[in-house]
Amino acid sequence: MKLEELSALDLGRKIAGRTLSSREVVAYFLERIARFNSSITAFSQVCADLALEKADQIDRQIASGMAMGPLAGVPIAIKDILCTREMRTTCGSRMLENFVAPYDATSVEKMERAGLVTLGKTNMDEFAMGASTETSIFGATHNPWSLERTAGGSSGGSAAALAAGMTPLSIGTDTGGSIRQPAAFCGVCGLKPTYGRVSRYGLVAFASSLDQIGPLAHRVEDLAACLETIAGHDSRDSTSINAPVPQYTRLINRSISNMRIGVVREQIEHAGLAPEIRSAVNRAMEFLTGLGATIVDIGLPHSRYSIATYYVIAPCEASSNLARYDGAHYGLRADTKSLHGESPLEDMYCHSRSQGFGEEVKRRIMLGTFALSSGYYDAYYRKAQQVRRLIFDDYHRAFEQADVLLGPVTPTTAFRLGERLQDPVQMYLGDLFTVGANLAGIPALAIPAGNDQAGLPLSIQLQGPPLAEEKLLSVAYQLEQALFFQPRTANLS
Amino acid sequence: MQLSSADVLKVAKLARLHISEADVQPTTAQLARIVEMVQQLDNVPTEGIEPMAHALDVHSVLRPDHRLPSLDRQAALSNAPQRDQECFRVPPVMGHDH
Amino acid sequence: MTVDAYRQVIGLEVHVQLSTQTKLFCGCSTIFGQPPNTQVCPVCLGLPGSLPVLNQHATQLAIKTGLALNCQIAATTKWDRKNYFYPDLPKGYQISQFDQPICYEGFLDFADPNDEKALRRVRIIRAHLEEDAGKSMHDEAAGRADSRIDLNRTGTPLLEIVSYPDMHSPDEAKGYLTELKLLLTYLGVSDCNMQEGSLRVDANVNLHIESAGRTIATPIVEVKNMNSFRAVERALVYEVDRQFAEWKKTGREKGQAPKQTRGWDDVTGVTLPQREKEESSDYRYFPDPDLVPLKIEKSQIESASNALPQLPSQLRAWLQTEHGLKPYDADVIVSQGSHLVEYFQTAVAAGAPAKRISSWIQQDVLRALKERGIEISALPVPATKLASLVNAIESGEIDTSRAKEVFYFWMENPSSDLVAARSALGISSVDRGEIEEVCRQLLDENPQVVAQVLEGNAKGLGSLIGLAKKKNPNADPKLVRELCQQMIESRRTSS
Ligand SMILES: [Mg+2]
Ligand SMILES: [Zn+2]
Repeated sequence: MKLEELSALDLGRKIAGRTLSSREVVAYFLERIARFNSSITAFSQVCADLALEKADQIDRQIASGMAMGPLAGVPIAIKDILCTREMRTTCGSRMLENFVAPYDATSVEKMERAGLVTLGKTNMDEFAMGASTETSIFGATHNPWSLERTAGGSSGGSAAALAAGMTPLSIGTDTGGSIRQPAAFCGVCGLKPTYGRVSRYGLVAFASSLDQIGPLAHRVEDLAACLETIAGHDSRDSTSINAPVPQYTRLINRSISNMRIGVVREQIEHAGLAPEIRSAVNRAMEFLTGLGATIVDIGLPHSRYSIATYYVIAPCEASSNLARYDGAHYGLRADTKSLHGESPLEDMYCHSRSQGFGEEVKRRIMLGTFALSSGYYDAYYRKAQQVRRLIFDDYHRAFEQADVLLGPVTPTTAFRLGERLQDPVQMYLGDLFTVGANLAGIPALAIPAGNDQAGLPLSIQLQGPPLAEEKLLSVAYQLEQALFFQPRTANLS
Repeated sequence: MQLSSADVLKVAKLARLHISEADVQPTTAQLARIVEMVQQLDNVPTEGIEPMAHALDVHSVLRPDHRLPSLDRQAALSNAPQRDQECFRVPPVMGHDH
Repeated sequence: MTVDAYRQVIGLEVHVQLSTQTKLFCGCSTIFGQPPNTQVCPVCLGLPGSLPVLNQHATQLAIKTGLALNCQIAATTKWDRKNYFYPDLPKGYQISQFDQPICYEGFLDFADPNDEKALRRVRIIRAHLEEDAGKSMHDEAAGRADSRIDLNRTGTPLLEIVSYPDMHSPDEAKGYLTELKLLLTYLGVSDCNMQEGSLRVDANVNLHIESAGRTIATPIVEVKNMNSFRAVERALVYEVDRQFAEWKKTGREKGQAPKQTRGWDDVTGVTLPQREKEESSDYRYFPDPDLVPLKIEKSQIESASNALPQLPSQLRAWLQTEHGLKPYDADVIVSQGSHLVEYFQTAVAAGAPAKRISSWIQQDVLRALKERGIEISALPVPATKLASLVNAIESGEIDTSRAKEVFYFWMENPSSDLVAARSALGISSVDRGEIEEVCRQLLDENPQVVAQVLEGNAKGLGSLIGLAKKKNPNADPKLVRELCQQMIESRRTSS
C-alpha cells in the first residue's frame, strides 16, 4: 500500500481500527525520509528512535482500548522553529545549532496529547526570514516536483516533506506567507489561521504581531483535523484568542451555495501574475458559481502597499526579538579571546551575532534597527503601523460584501534555486498576495489547483474574516472534491 | 532620504553586528534599495489614522499572582555557552546601569 | 566682583520593587536572597519562544500607589520594549512603559525642612511599571576576570516614580524620599528595603545660576548608585560644588553638552563619570507586540481609591486637630508606621489623654522597642494596659516615676496587672498626713534649703523631693513639692 497517498485521517482510522499499526506507518515514512531526504533536505533532524518508541506506545494504548483522537498514531513533521524538549530547535541558524529548549511549545504539547508522532524537525529559512529555504544552515530544500527549484519558504521543509511523501502531515509557521507560499510551490494544502487562534507559546518569534502556526497536509480534511488539535486558548500567550474551537472536521462538508465569493481586483489584474495561475483562479470561480455561490468584485486599494508595510513592521519586531541572541545565556558564542577590543563584552556581542546570523537575518535586523532608531521611528515604523490599519480596514470592508476572498497565493510558480538570492527586493515582492492576511490577522488558506504545463503545482488562496477558518475549509473542501484532486506526491525515485 | 554608510555603521553598532570595512559599501547599497522600496509608504495619506500595533482587539489579559514552579537550575543553565555550578558566565561587565 | 547666586534643581527617579508573590510577567517567585538562578523559567530567562503574561496584582499595587500619590490613572495603558544589550537583561530589551504610563501627573506633600509648619509639594510626572534586570557579579577569582550572572531578580515588578525637578536642596530631596518611603510602607506596596534593592534612587540634578542679569542652567547630570538616603544627600551636596566649579571652568550650559551619568562612590564621597556610550540613549522604544493594552475601568479606580488606608499626611493632620498634638509629636508617631498609630489610637480610645499617651510613646514605648529590637505588635504592654496606667496617674493613684517602674515591670512580666505590679514593686497609696509628717521632718533637718527657698531660690525643693523618696518610696513628688512649699511659706509668715 502506498501510504503517502492516504490522507492523515485515513491513516488515523486504519491505526484506530488496527488494520495498520502506528509503528508500521511511522516506519514506512521513516524509510521514505531515509530514501529521499538527502536529495530534498526537507528535514533538518529526524528522530527515528523517539518516533518508533512513541508509535509503540500509541499502539499499546489502542490495543488496551483507550479512547484516542482521530490522529492518534499518525506521523507529523514539525518546523524547526517550535520548541521541543527532546530535539534541538535550530531555526535553521548557526546561532541555535545546538540549542535544546527546556520546554515544549503549547502546540507541540497538544499534538503530543492527540497522539501524533513527531518524525523530526523540518528545514526552514533562517529564523523564518526568507521565501526559498535557501538561508538555512542545512542548505536549501529542493522542490520534489523539480529538484532545481525552490520548495518555497520559510516552511519549505514542511511543504516538501509532504510533496515527497515523507510525512502525511506537517506544521509550519506563517509570518508573511511562509505556510501558504511553500504549500503553493509544492502542491499541498496549507492554512494560516487567524492571529491568536493557535498559541504562539514556544514558537521562536520572528515578528510577534504577524507570526502564526498552522498545518500543511495533502487534504483539506487533514488541515481541519490538525487545526482542531492545535487551536485554542492558551493562558501563556497574551495574544491568544479566548473562543471555543469549532469541530472543523464536522463543519467542512457544509453547503456553500449561499456564499458570496469575493475576487480581489488588484490581485487578479496584477501584471506580474502568471497566466496559468490566473486561469486556475478563474476555473475555481466558475466552479463555485456552479455550486450556487455568488461572485463579488472586491477592491483592496491599500494592498499595493502591503509589501512596504510588511517590510518595515516585520524587521522592526525581528530586530528586537532577535536581540536575545547575544552569546550570553544560550546559542553561539564567538571565541573573542584573541581580540583585544575596548570591551570584551561588546566583542562577544558583536562577533557572536555576526557569526551566528546569516546575511538575510542580519539585513532584516539592520533594517528594523534603523526604522526604530531615533529620528526615523515616525517616518517608518509609525507610518507602517498606520498603513497597516488602512489595509486592515480594506479587508473589514471587503468582508461586508463577501464571505471569503478568492485569489492567487503567489504571482508565479516555484522559481529556480539561486534565482532571487542576490536580489532581496525581488524575493520580497513574491510575498505580494500573502502578507495582507498577516497584517490584518485574518485566516488564509492555500490549496492546489493542478499543475502548469511544466508540471509545477498551481495554487489558489482563500482568505476570510477573523475566525472564519471553517468557511475557508468548507470552500476549499468543495473545490478539492470536485475540481482539482489528484495525487499530490511528486514522483521520486 | 538616502541611506548613508554612516547610517549603516551606526545601525550596526546599535544592533551589535560587526561589519568588516569591505562590507560597508555593499551592505549600504542593499539596505538603501530596501529603504527606497519601503519609502513608497510616503505616498499614503495617514493623517489621523491610529497606528495598529496588534491584529487583535484583545485587551487586559492578566494572570493571577500565583507562583508556578521555576526551572531546575541545571536546565536553566543547560544551554549556556559558559557557566559554573550556579551562574551564567560572560566577559567582564563594566559598571553601567540602566 | 559679584558673587553668583545659584540654586540647585533636583528631580528624582525612584524604582520601587512591588510586593508581589511572583514576577511581573511570569510565575517565578520574587523572594530575595535565594541561590542564584533558582527562580527562573523560560519567560524570565528570555528563552526563544517564551511569552509574557501580566501579573494582575502588580497592576493593582501600581494603581494603589498612583492614587496615594494623587496621580491620574490611565484609562488605557500599554507595554513598550526598551532595547539595549546587557548580560543581566536576557531578552535584549526591558518591558517597560513609554508613552502611556499607568499613573501620571500627581504630587507628594511633605514637611518643609526649613519650616516645620509649612508643606512642600513635589509634583510627580509619572509612575510606570517595568520589569527589573538581573544581577551581575564580577569575579576575579582564580585569575578569571569573568562576570557571573544571576537572573533570579530578572522580571521582578518595579514601579518607577519620576518627579518633576521641584526640589532645590539635598534636604528637600531627603524630605521627599523619606515621605515617599513612609507612604509606600503605609500602603504596603513594597518593603522598601534599600539594602536588598527594593528601593533605588537616581537623581537628575543641575544648577540655575543668576549671572550677569540672566538665569543660566548648567548641563543636567544623572547621579546613580546611591544606596541610602544619606548617600543621596551627600551626593547632592557634592554635586552643587562640583557643578558650580565645572561651570566656572568651562562656562558650559545645558544643551551644550549631552546629559552625563555619574556614579556615587560612597567610600570616597565623590561622583565619577560613568563610561559613556554614544548610542546608549537610543533605546528604540516600540509597543511590545507580545502584550496587549491594559484597560482600567473607572469602577476599579474608585474601589481602589475607597480601599486606600489612612495616609501619613492625613494621620498627622488627624493627630493635630483631633488630639491636639504638636506637629513634631504627630510626625514622630506617624513616622513609626501605621501599627504605632493604631497603638496610639487604641490607648486614646481607652480613655487616656492623647498628649500623655503621645509622650509615653515617644519616650518609654519607643525606647523599649529600640532596646529590644521588636515591633510594636510584639510589645508586652498592649495599648489598653498603657492607657490604664496613664489613667492611674491622672487620678493620682500613682505618680509618674512609679508608673514608669510599673511599665518596665510589665515589660518583664507581661501577664501581671497593675495590682500585681504595685505589690511586687512595693507601691502603696500613702495618706496625706503621712507625707506631711515626712515633709515636716525634712524641713527641720534641712534649714539651709528652707533659707534658700525663702530667699527666692526654689531649686532646693528638688533635693527635698529626692530625700522624701528615700524616706517613703511612695511619696508623690508633686505632693511633696506642694506641701514643702506651703510649709516654708507658712514659716516665713510665722517668723
Ligand atoms: Mg526605568
Ligand atoms: Zn520566570
